[in-house]
Amino acid sequence: MLWLCLHLPDLALEIFTRGAPANDPLVVVCGNGRKRRVALCNAAARGRGIRPDMGLNAAHALAGSLRVCERDREAERVALDRLAAWSGQFTSVVSRTPPQALLLEVAGSCRLFGGLERLKEMVSRGVAELGYRASLASAPTPLAASWLAQDGREACVTRQNALAAVLASLPLTCLGLTAKQSETLHGMGVRTIGDCLRLPRDGLARRMGPELIHILDRALGCVPDPRPAFVAPSVFASSLPLPGAVSTAEGLLFPVRRLLLELEGFLRARDAGTRSLSLSFHHAAAGTTPVRLELVAPSRDAAYLTLLLRERLDRVALPAPVEEVSLHVADPCPLAPRNLDFFAPAQAAEGMLIERLRARLGRDAVRGLGQVAEHRPERAWTYAEPGSGAAVRGGSGRQLLQGSACTSHGAEDRKRPLWLLREPMPLEVRGERPYLDGMLVLGRERERIESGWWDGQDIARDYFIACSGQGVRLWVYRELAGEHRWFLHGMFA
Amino acid sequence: MNLQDLMLGTEVWRAGAASAFAPGVPSGFPQLDALLPGGGWPPGMLTEILVPSPGIGELQLLLPALARLSRGNRWLAFIAPPHIPYAPALAAAQVDLSRVLLVHPRAATDGLWAVEQSLRAGTCSAVLAWPSTSDARALRRLQLAAEAGGSWGVLFRSGQSADAGSPAALRLRLAPTSGGIDVHILKRRGGWPVGPVSLDLRLDHAVAVPASAGSRA
Repeated sequence: MLWLCLHLPDLALEIFTRGAPANDPLVVVCGNGRKRRVALCNAAARGRGIRPDMGLNAAHALAGSLRVCERDREAERVALDRLAAWSGQFTSVVSRTPPQALLLEVAGSCRLFGGLERLKEMVSRGVAELGYRASLASAPTPLAASWLAQDGREACVTRQNALAAVLASLPLTCLGLTAKQSETLHGMGVRTIGDCLRLPRDGLARRMGPELIHILDRALGCVPDPRPAFVAPSVFASSLPLPGAVSTAEGLLFPVRRLLLELEGFLRARDAGTRSLSLSFHHAAAGTTPVRLELVAPSRDAAYLTLLLRERLDRVALPAPVEEVSLHVADPCPLAPRNLDFFAPAQAAEGMLIERLRARLGRDAVRGLGQVAEHRPERAWTYAEPGSGAAVRGGSGRQLLQGSACTSHGAEDRKRPLWLLREPMPLEVRGERPYLDGMLVLGRERERIESGWWDGQDIARDYFIACSGQGVRLWVYRELAGEHRWFLHGMFA
Repeated sequence: MNLQDLMLGTEVWRAGAASAFAPGVPSGFPQLDALLPGGGWPPGMLTEILVPSPGIGELQLLLPALARLSRGNRWLAFIAPPHIPYAPALAAAQVDLSRVLLVHPRAATDGLWAVEQSLRAGTCSAVLAWPSTSDARALRRLQLAAEAGGSWGVLFRSGQSADAGSPAALRLRLAPTSGGIDVHILKRRGGWPVGPVSLDLRLDHAVAVPASAGSRA
């Protein structure tokens, strides 16, 4: 067993600050009434001389525009849970040690990630990108790892018999003793864990109770120390409060990116991707602006999703400044790994272009084409999902053939124009002949299309190929019923 | 050093050496291929096609090449087409419809953006666009994007823009004839303007072969 502990000393502060690269002084306070004290403060506040454990009034006196947040233990717990879900990408065994530490069992992961050092580097870089500061330490027992991380030592102990020597210099505060116990030990001249370990076991147990001995034994690995494994939820839901109201798309991109990084870790832990993301921007004045992103192929790549959302956010009209951003992903789906070509250079997946275009232009602006087994020209084609193929729909082919008067030769023989007009355009008629910037010269062949009696949209037309004065070959028809009007329906282009 | 040695060396670049160009996509018209640098439509370049009035056969000119390109695994993008590209006609010309991508941007600037993205992405074998602008700087961007993505960009523009300069690597002007088109090459890499080449478009697609059931209207 090798435990990696992530200790988050500033978690209570970071849940408020990670929404934006804030530079204003901010303090988190606890206690009530006149006993309100600064629990934690950010770098800007520290620069003004504010220190933890200072009275709130004193802090106000030092910094004029001080932002004060009430300590929110529930939010800290939720943040720790999300971080646990995120760190599931590094190992299958993650355990929470509330209020501000996570334990990762990494003995089996080191090899996969290229050694303990590289793994630690990846974890600490990832945590920093999410907006947290963590001190990391690894040791063969969970307790030893958390003590070392808590003390801020970037220690890396891999052998159990080396533990006692490393732990010896840690202060007694790690043990979480009661005030009376620490006073007793202090009176005995015991300052460090090393001092503790040097005392005779039975004497120490008699004076301090058996718990202390048990804790020390667990830390040194003499007795087992089982930890409950964290089970990540099956859907992703996370939100990020913004330190100041944001009204620009660029400003929203920062918190959105952090949420997407969180999502990436979450999805990586379950080896999944997603096809749709729901973002909500919560406004100060009640109300939210939803933004939904649909993907052609499942993805989890935060950099790519950020790119798509950048295009999208530019077009979102925000009715009011945003106070909180939340991201919800309900349907993690398996992510099929893509094979790289050994010879050809790595190429972007073909779906990426569609997603980029759709993110900016809208879903309906990017489509594919499909063919339909139909005799009516305006129904013989359809918009389709790009890449879905020229699947000829129908299956009612018999019915179609019956309805048509034109069955003498197959569809492939008939001449169809490359351009079809969205709506047939009525043509002027001069002396029984259609006219369009000059008399049209009609071709010899006539194609009769009579179809569609079964759905009330029936047509009866004679199609001709005509040539205009400009040398454009046109596809025109004359109605067989009614006024026998002439229409332009396509161009051979 | 004599002239022979100079010619054999690599320092002298000869404009007439067509082998210097990447092989083009055969256009399906041998008489046109003979004039195009690389023996076909140039991939990774911008081709401008100037049409006096839309519909004279500009799409049929490209159709054999599009059919060939659609057999690859990259998209054929139609950006802001003036009408609906008619699926049955494309399918009849052996164009694989599953490779066709239709993009209908609402604004002109979005159109240029979409053309540039499609050219640059490298996942389009051909990008056909009907731009409403003639801004030389925008065209220059598109030419660079085509080079970056290795896509063949085709811009359809009106005949009036023939006199204005353009960064496109290949510029053609089409003129209708009875039963076909004349292709004037206004600009090409490694050669002088040349033309016209008369292409017969009757046989391959447009005008009907007289059928037994034909009768006069």
